[in-house]
Amino acid sequence: MDASRRGFLTIAGLSLVGAAGGSTLIAAIGEPGTAVESLPAEPPGGGRRLAMVIDLRKFGHDGELVERCIRACHRAHNVPDFGADRKNEIKWIWAEDFESTFRDEEFRYLRRDLQGKPTLLLCNHCDNPPCTRVCPTKATWRRPADGIVMMDWHRCIGCRYCIVACPYGSRSFNWTDPRPHLESPQADFPTRTRGVVEKCTFCEELLARGGQPACVEACADDEIVFGDLNDPGSKVRRLLAEHLAIRRQPGLGTRPEVYYIVEDPRTLAETAPAAVVPGAAENDHV
Amino acid sequence: MFEKALSGGRRYWAWMVSLLVVIGVGAACWYWQLSEGLTITGLSRDVVWGFYIAQFTFLVGVAASAVMVVLPYYLHDYRAFGKITILGELLAIAAVIMCMLFIFVDMGMPARILNIFLHPTPSSMMFWDAVALGGYLLLNIVISRVTLGAERRGDPPPAWITPVIVLSIPWAISIHTVTAFLYAGLAARPFWLTAIMAPRFLASAFASGPALLILLALVVRRVSDFDPGRQAIRALATIVTYAMVANVFFVAVELYTALYSGIPEHVSHFAYLFMGLDGEATLAPWMWASAVLAVVALVLLLNPGSRSSETSLVVACVAVFASLWIDKGLGMVVAGFVPSPLGRVVHYSPTAPELAIGLGIWAAGLLVVTGLFKIALEVRGHLRRP
Ligand code: SF4
Ligand code: SF4
Repeated sequence: MDASRRGFLTIAGLSLVGAAGGSTLIAAIGEPGTAVESLPAEPPGGGRRLAMVIDLRKFGHDGELVERCIRACHRAHNVPDFGADRKNEIKWIWAEDFESTFRDEEFRYLRRDLQGKPTLLLCNHCDNPPCTRVCPTKATWRRPADGIVMMDWHRCIGCRYCIVACPYGSRSFNWTDPRPHLESPQADFPTRTRGVVEKCTFCEELLARGGQPACVEACADDEIVFGDLNDPGSKVRRLLAEHLAIRRQPGLGTRPEVYYIVEDPRTLAETAPAAVVPGAAENDHV
Repeated sequence: MFEKALSGGRRYWAWMVSLLVVIGVGAACWYWQLSEGLTITGLSRDVVWGFYIAQFTFLVGVAASAVMVVLPYYLHDYRAFGKITILGELLAIAAVIMCMLFIFVDMGMPARILNIFLHPTPSSMMFWDAVALGGYLLLNIVISRVTLGAERRGDPPPAWITPVIVLSIPWAISIHTVTAFLYAGLAARPFWLTAIMAPRFLASAFASGPALLILLALVVRRVSDFDPGRQAIRALATIVTYAMVANVFFVAVELYTALYSGIPEHVSHFAYLFMGLDGEATLAPWMWASAVLAVVALVLLLNPGSRSSETSLVVACVAVFASLWIDKGLGMVVAGFVPSPLGRVVHYSPTAPELAIGLGIWAAGLLVVTGLFKIALEVRGHLRRP
């Protein structure tokens, strides 16, 4: 009696888990990195983990460089320009002021140079992306080999669930035919039809040809750095080890992979009394 | 059996043709939407789901509520529901068809909709919702056909249908639970990130669905010699009362958690709904109307005198239905998007073609309900009048 009841409970429990989309639940329960955010010491599966570091200290307030990056990306990827028409707007990379970008931080007495600073936003190519989890057709997925979150415009049914699930506003929907709104269509990149979702793809087509993302190319002085976080010697890893970098809403467990450098601990150490930032000097050895 | 839906008097045809006209206007607008894209709706980059998805959500509740007559009748052998149970099942069929139509018109690429089944994705609640709704439609079609067919021949229903009917009970609960999970599991949308969502969906469904069933049964009683029976209406009214009380309680629980904790991203959506944010208050009058209607309904329902009087019961049922329609069919979905994750407050209201498409689908639902009810009543010999 007891044994059979336990058997029943096990089956009931398992079927419950199954019904709720088992793989998601099991992944959420079984993965140690979900609760406490930490960079895995060993690359999972030995693949690459492509990431972007945006060095905000090097961006000006005039928004000139920001504009250049946006133009380079949108031109390369046939992103239509709807001008002031907010409703139909499509954007892969765009700018918001620093405070809105990191809205949940609720800055009050923000350092003057960061106030209202135009800050680039794009898909974070999250390590644990909610957008791919909700897609009912696998039209968007995370590429295990390098972590890029991809889109298939031929499979997408335009349900927009992925837009609903993305906490960062990174995705756009083609409410109308985008083609008439292209200034100079590029033949080497597909255009989209109305009714599908699109977003930044870390320029995977340029990476495949051995290049760098278009926004990175638009920079002159490492304002944006792109690379593999699983390579301890990479420039992105070094930058993150030596500077204070923040990400957008890491508390949601999405593990975003776009980092923003806001401060250099060494300059902090020089200006602050040692008692306030104990151990800051140790960062020099990294 | 279907031929019975195709014969009828002048009044029947006048009603069906006027529904067909509304459907025609909706279909024309949908054709326009197909050629122009969803840009003809009021939706935008920030508010990506609106009127269509909200109607879908509300109607899943109506579909699920058939369980409120099926369960007492088949599991507890509650005889008073003998006549009305079939109406509940047929209403569920019409409601599921409307749900599917609302999903369909919301798709950017409707021609590809079968990709949901060609590339099944268990991690997506939308996949499970499609499975649950399709299964529920099938169950109700089989159940109502088999029971009605047996009745027409004067036989008792075959024994094998009983387990199918029993299966339809948890299945009904599941369609609305999965629909709640569509919203409730998203880190991006704090307004929906609440464990009470599925229970609240069920409570509001079990109030609005039976309220609609009472109203429909009374209409049917006027146009035919079908009589659901006083006891059935009374029992349904009791169900509406309990469910509405539970629903209001769940709303209160939700408000307490959001407002007492004071977490801005939870408070802001309620502020938008009831007060408006940054001067954007389109939904506020609707939400207050919903609240007032809920209070009116509760007063009428909780008072045994007004609950048993048919006139005040009709007022109460209309109030319940309208209140919950506003809450779920207008406010719940849109408020999840405003303010946006970046803090932007955007205006959304459905455009004229969007409303016309929606109305067309409601008319299609009414057409299906009318046709199916007619078949059932003919089989039961309630329509022998000239
Ligand atoms: S930023 Fe949004 S779209 Fe990009 S991977 Fe993360 S959740 Fe998906
Ligand atoms: S809009 Fe396309 S990519 Fe997004 S969830 Fe739907 S099918 Fe997937």
